[in-house]
Amino acid sequence: MQPPLVEMRGIRKAFPGVVANDGASLELRAGEVHALLGENGAGKTTLMNVLAGLYRPDAGEVLIGGRAVEIRSPGRAIALGIGMVHQRFKLVPGFTVAENVTLGMKEPRFVFHPRSIEDSIGAFARDRGLPVDPRARIRQLSVGEQQRVEIVKALWRGAGILIMDEPTAVLTPREVRELFGVMNRMAAEGKAVVFITHKLSEVMEIADRVTVMRHGRRAATVEKAGTSPVELATLMMGRGHKAPACDVHAGQPGPVVLEALDLEAEGDRGERALRGLTLEIRAGEILGIAGVAGNGQRELAEAIAGLRRVTAGSIRVGGTDVTNAGPARAIDAGVGYIPEDRLGTGLAAGMSVAENLIMKAYRGAELSTGPFLRRGRTVEWSRRLAERFRIKTPSLDTPVSSLSGGNAQRVLLARETASRPKLIVAAHPTRGLDVAATDHIRAILREQRRAGSAVLLISGDLDEIMALSDRIAVLYEGEILGTFPCAGADLERIGLMMGGVRTSGPAREGTTVPSCMRRHGRLRTK
Amino acid sequence: MFVIERRAERSALFRFVSPALAVLTALVCGALFLKVSGFDPLAVYGGMWRGAFGDAYGLSETIVKAIPIALCALGIAVAFRMNLWNIGAEGQLYAGAAAAAWVALSFPGAPAAFVLPAMTAAGMSAGALWALLAAVPRAWVGANEILTTLMLNYTAVFLSEYLIHGPWKDPAGFNFPLSPAFSEAARLPAFGDTRIHAGLIFALAAAAALTVALRKTKWGYELRLVGASPAVATYAGVGIARHVLVAMAVGGALAGLAGMTEVSAITGRLQYGLSPGYGYSAIIVAWLAKLSPAGILAMAFLFGGLLVGGYAVQFIGVPAAAVNMLQGAMLFFWLAAEFLGRYRVALRGRPREVR
Ligand SMILES: Nc1ncnc2c1ncn2[C@@H]1O[C@H](COP(=O)(O)OP(=O)(O)OP(=O)(O)O)[C@@H](O)[C@H]1O
Ligand SMILES: [Mg+2]
Repeated sequence: MQPPLVEMRGIRKAFPGVVANDGASLELRAGEVHALLGENGAGKTTLMNVLAGLYRPDAGEVLIGGRAVEIRSPGRAIALGIGMVHQRFKLVPGFTVAENVTLGMKEPRFVFHPRSIEDSIGAFARDRGLPVDPRARIRQLSVGEQQRVEIVKALWRGAGILIMDEPTAVLTPREVRELFGVMNRMAAEGKAVVFITHKLSEVMEIADRVTVMRHGRRAATVEKAGTSPVELATLMMGRGHKAPACDVHAGQPGPVVLEALDLEAEGDRGERALRGLTLEIRAGEILGIAGVAGNGQRELAEAIAGLRRVTAGSIRVGGTDVTNAGPARAIDAGVGYIPEDRLGTGLAAGMSVAENLIMKAYRGAELSTGPFLRRGRTVEWSRRLAERFRIKTPSLDTPVSSLSGGNAQRVLLARETASRPKLIVAAHPTRGLDVAATDHIRAILREQRRAGSAVLLISGDLDEIMALSDRIAVLYEGEILGTFPCAGADLERIGLMMGGVRTSGPAREGTTVPSCMRRHGRLRTK
Repeated sequence: MFVIERRAERSALFRFVSPALAVLTALVCGALFLKVSGFDPLAVYGGMWRGAFGDAYGLSETIVKAIPIALCALGIAVAFRMNLWNIGAEGQLYAGAAAAAWVALSFPGAPAAFVLPAMTAAGMSAGALWALLAAVPRAWVGANEILTTLMLNYTAVFLSEYLIHGPWKDPAGFNFPLSPAFSEAARLPAFGDTRIHAGLIFALAAAAALTVALRKTKWGYELRLVGASPAVATYAGVGIARHVLVAMAVGGALAGLAGMTEVSAITGRLQYGLSPGYGYSAIIVAWLAKLSPAGILAMAFLFGGLLVGGYAVQFIGVPAAAVNMLQGAMLFFWLAAEFLGRYRVALRGRPREVR
């Protein structure tokens, strides 16, 4: 039998503190679209960066056409016919399309770009279904067009193996259709296309084979024709993945604290990040948001905290309307917010522990009189918080930037819970923390629930969501696809929904036919 | 290959040494310049020292010059603390001077108890308004305050020149560009027979008030928060736009106050060349003092001495621009020292391929 076009065996790649790839393997065949699936942090991007020569693996080998190769640099990868379209494009904004395509190549020199070269790049792109104006400057192009330039760049250098890292995340549905056309055409020409995505429907539509990664290694490689979204979701989360015991607690949920109705909001790039999102949380309840990163989590948290304008819908906290009211009024209404970006948004890195601890409370009568801060009280206040939350710091005057991650996060939680907020929005509260800190942070959140706060928990870690939440809502492309009580939650369905498959069931009325279940014929024109 | 890397920690010693080092290096460079131009650097510096600090008169004149510099620097330091580059103190000073002059000229017969407070209020308001002309576009549409405050400097200077060449020209002034002299009541009192005037009290009071406000008030805390990170401040519910307006207005009011004291105490009229660049010296003073109010008082005194000393050596032919050059060199070396305090330049081999 002919050897596979690419074979990666036992790839290991560790970063300080994490092992991103731990014995990962992958085979690619000529003429296939190969989907790479896996939860956030499963190691997909790292594995592909190894193939593209950006990372050197700590162990393992790569074979191309059956011959072991050492891919020491991106240049070497290109020479081997491997091209990669990164999630963040690597284009020079001020240069033209043609200059970017030829940049770094020996021939032709990119500084001299006679019309003939521009024209041939234009024709080359058009022939492959990737129309771009070779003379346009990158910064004038839309995201979709820039992606086309990246693909043209890889193909122009003769890539026979094209890796695309979450290419559809930034595209409109029409652009996705066009991209799929291009991918099919490349496969038909005998190239191998690696397609990373989180959307099961896309996998079912375009892939020939699927490799599922979990915890840095391959969970399985399956033929698309012989699998189903259900199987893929189960593979992603782990077979026999027993739902971790839900944290059942005695208290009855109280009155509704957060009421978000039909929220619509734009993301930073102007895309529609929230699309009619509706949810409700009661006092004494933790609602976990499950979902693949980038489906509107950040925008949802920011909208509730008053940091992002919503374009439609309303937000009420404890009966007060805080829709587009700004952060100060959200704070006054009782919203505590633990942002995902701790040292960029939640903590002033250069300021002291004490100054960070009073950041939400200094306006109150307890810490100030008239325009003056009460120095004695603020010191006492921060000393008490530091003690209660076991913040390890040389002194209260130490800048937060020199605390460990876990202690910095304790500062943040101490502050946000100190004023007994009605609602706590916690985004990835334990990301990057060690076991002890993680347990502590979770204990704090549980205690807040016991004290009657409503908690909105956003996390990429399904185990964490199961461990903390009373109810779980699945967020996909800015919408809640379903809400489940944690006890007895069907992990398989949650996994499917995270991949965009709407399933029918008691959790949600109305049945949507999962589009991905319909088999699509491949358009192969030889 | 040279590379520039960030230092993990700023060395504590450096933080205190860098302003002194900057002043010294600037003096050494100035000495080289003087030598090349055919002067004896030691004689020139000696002359400057004696002129500025050598006798009671020199000292009093040094303080006279230090007053407007200190007031302007205290004001712009507030904006600098939140990374707002208000370099418009010069224009705000002129706006304040013109407004104070307008009050003095409009009420020639009024008693001091009315006219001095009125001039003070007018000067401070005009300075604040002038600053707000730049602050409002900055707060609402993000217009770059460096450009707007700089441009408004020229506008204010030319506006006051227009006034003294045109509508406010002294009919008895032999066609010189001056306004009529103010009434005695509109003159700020001086101490003894020196020219040191009540503006000194304003400067000391402003420094004290700012020290308290920055350390002990919610406003000072918020200012620090905005300066540390606008994103975090927004997250904490602190309105950035409001702070931009307030910080600029405070700066403008203090610069306007400097303008008022100059016309009221020193010149007694609005006239050409009111400020030899006090508003610009103030920028250097604020940075060399690391934005601390007490430090600003000390640095302003030093810069006042530089001006007076510079006048003192002009009679031996040292050009007036030498003083400006020294000031500029101090800022330059201070910036360099700060940079080296934060980063270091290291010599590196070419990066090796990892094995
Ligand atoms: N340059 C790096 N330095 C340190 N850690 C890294 C680096 N790149 C990746 N990691 C870590 O390695 C793990 C795997 O990351 P990787 O980006 O490969 O995941 P992924 O499967 O592509 O996830 P996603 O779906 O979120 O893109 C993660 O824990 C990540 O934080
Ligand atoms: Mg990735």
